[in-house]
Amino acid sequence: MSLHATINVERNGFALSVDMTVFDGETVAVLGPNGAGKTTLLRALAGLVRITGHVELDGYVFDDSATNRHVPTEERQVGLVFQDHVLFPHMTVLQNVAFGLRRDGERIAGAWLERAGLGDKANALPSQLSGGQAQRVALLRTLVTEPRLLLLDEPLSALDVSIRAEVRRELARQLAAFKGIRILVTHDPLEAIALADRLVVLERGKIVQSGSPIDVTAKPRSRFVADLAGVNLLRGRGRGDHIELDNGATIAVPGAGEDDVFAVIHPHAVALYRAKPEGTPRNVWPARVEDLDLHAERVRVRLGGPVPLVAEVTTSAVRDLHLEPGTDAWVAVKATEISVYPA
Amino acid sequence: MALAGLGLLLFLLPLAGLVVRAPWGQVGQELLAPQTATALGLSIFCSVTATAIALVLGIPLALVLSRTTGTLRSVLRALTTLPMVLPPVVGGVALLLAFGRRGLIGAPLYQLFGVQIPFTTTAAVIAETFVAMPFLVIAIEGGLRSLDQRYEEAARALGANSWKVFARVTLPLLRPAIFSGAVLCWARALGEFGATITFAGNLPGRTQTVPLAVYIALESKPEAAIVLSLVLLAVSLAILIGLRDRWLGEP
Repeated sequence: MSLHATINVERNGFALSVDMTVFDGETVAVLGPNGAGKTTLLRALAGLVRITGHVELDGYVFDDSATNRHVPTEERQVGLVFQDHVLFPHMTVLQNVAFGLRRDGERIAGAWLERAGLGDKANALPSQLSGGQAQRVALLRTLVTEPRLLLLDEPLSALDVSIRAEVRRELARQLAAFKGIRILVTHDPLEAIALADRLVVLERGKIVQSGSPIDVTAKPRSRFVADLAGVNLLRGRGRGDHIELDNGATIAVPGAGEDDVFAVIHPHAVALYRAKPEGTPRNVWPARVEDLDLHAERVRVRLGGPVPLVAEVTTSAVRDLHLEPGTDAWVAVKATEISVYPA
Repeated sequence: MALAGLGLLLFLLPLAGLVVRAPWGQVGQELLAPQTATALGLSIFCSVTATAIALVLGIPLALVLSRTTGTLRSVLRALTTLPMVLPPVVGGVALLLAFGRRGLIGAPLYQLFGVQIPFTTTAAVIAETFVAMPFLVIAIEGGLRSLDQRYEEAARALGANSWKVFARVTLPLLRPAIFSGAVLCWARALGEFGATITFAGNLPGRTQTVPLAVYIALESKPEAAIVLSLVLLAVSLAILIGLRDRWLGEP
């Protein structure tokens, strides 16, 4: 079982152009900033958007623009879970879950609700549920139809942070029990890493990176991925023992090669000084503090200068160095703390 | 301020006149007088039938309207809303030219089946439907446009075909819009005058609905005219109050 999709959608100046294969039992998280085309991709897979290209699940062709084939949504056996449940407001929870079932619907739906611990809500209306309960019911309503392809569109993002963890755990459990292919759209890296086997990063309608969560976050190929991995990403040209950035600044690093490269620097590898440091670190640049962002015990300091970086330091370091927006400082990074890979 | 008060007076004075001049002691008696009672019964029959026809034809029309775009939509919209702005008399003349004995459809109907529509109760119903259906279509179309289309998408993803989506999701979610549309349509049909008198005539017991009876009675039996006017006024007020949240309230 596998999903092959070559999808091109063009609308109002926006173009989505995606080529992806997903294997049986895999959970793929489609990550990307707002407006990247994530939801359009899901809608195309669900058959709610007409596409140019070819979509095939287990050898069954859903879409093929060459032969003008388009299987309507209701015949695809895909499960679609929306960001905010979209339960039918005029039906009870039980009727909602039974909606997609043909025979014996309410008995089967009742059993599923019972098993999920929502049996006492069977006769409630969606408006009487909490956000978390409604989203769990919406998930059941889809799973009970045993779809071959499960599409989840930001299933947790409409929920309160306080209950998100709980629903995420349940979602992880349900996904593990689900036998088909799972595609999850999200802009929350935590959700993606917690639930997915593979990440697909979508930006401006195109896949910019794909791979296991570890690979993707270790070698970001875009500012978006670098931000969600919480690392500094620089792009420049390899010059043997250093990298030259577009603005002429250089970063000393062994084995930089002679091609376009990415360099990743972890914020905690960026050291801050008030006076220019002498000695071991080979990379020292002047910088000015742009802002400070407190994360528990650590402070992320965003710095401008020839090499813009984010440094992560302790709160006591901020105090000792008198760091505040506008402060002039020096940053130093050891060459060995910089990882370089081809762009 | 003064002008606003004057404007308000323009609405209020006629109503006051109606209420003050009403022969309150004889209301029951006037309502039960044979000709009045006949007109009332006929009015209710015609307006309810017209509303039923408008529901059967108007809901599909609203669906089509809400799903078309561009020029076609403008044309369809203009066609369906035309009876709302068209002088009803003109509507009556147009209906006569279409369904009359020498009309576009009326001629073959008469020649082939001997069927004559004008000046029958059927004509009164057609005239009322013609004038009132736009209110229903516009209300339902508005409901459809403000309907979150993801409900229908969710239903389709759950395997529901078009009919099941319509019957189990779209229609129930449209209930408030259908209700207010039907009530407005019925009220408009009940008050229909111009198109009815032109196309259906003024035959007591067959086409003389309440507004027509009011008009005729004003000459011969003013008390009856006032009482019937009060009935129509009461119905309008009741609808206004009943629908204030759905239709006239803040969006």
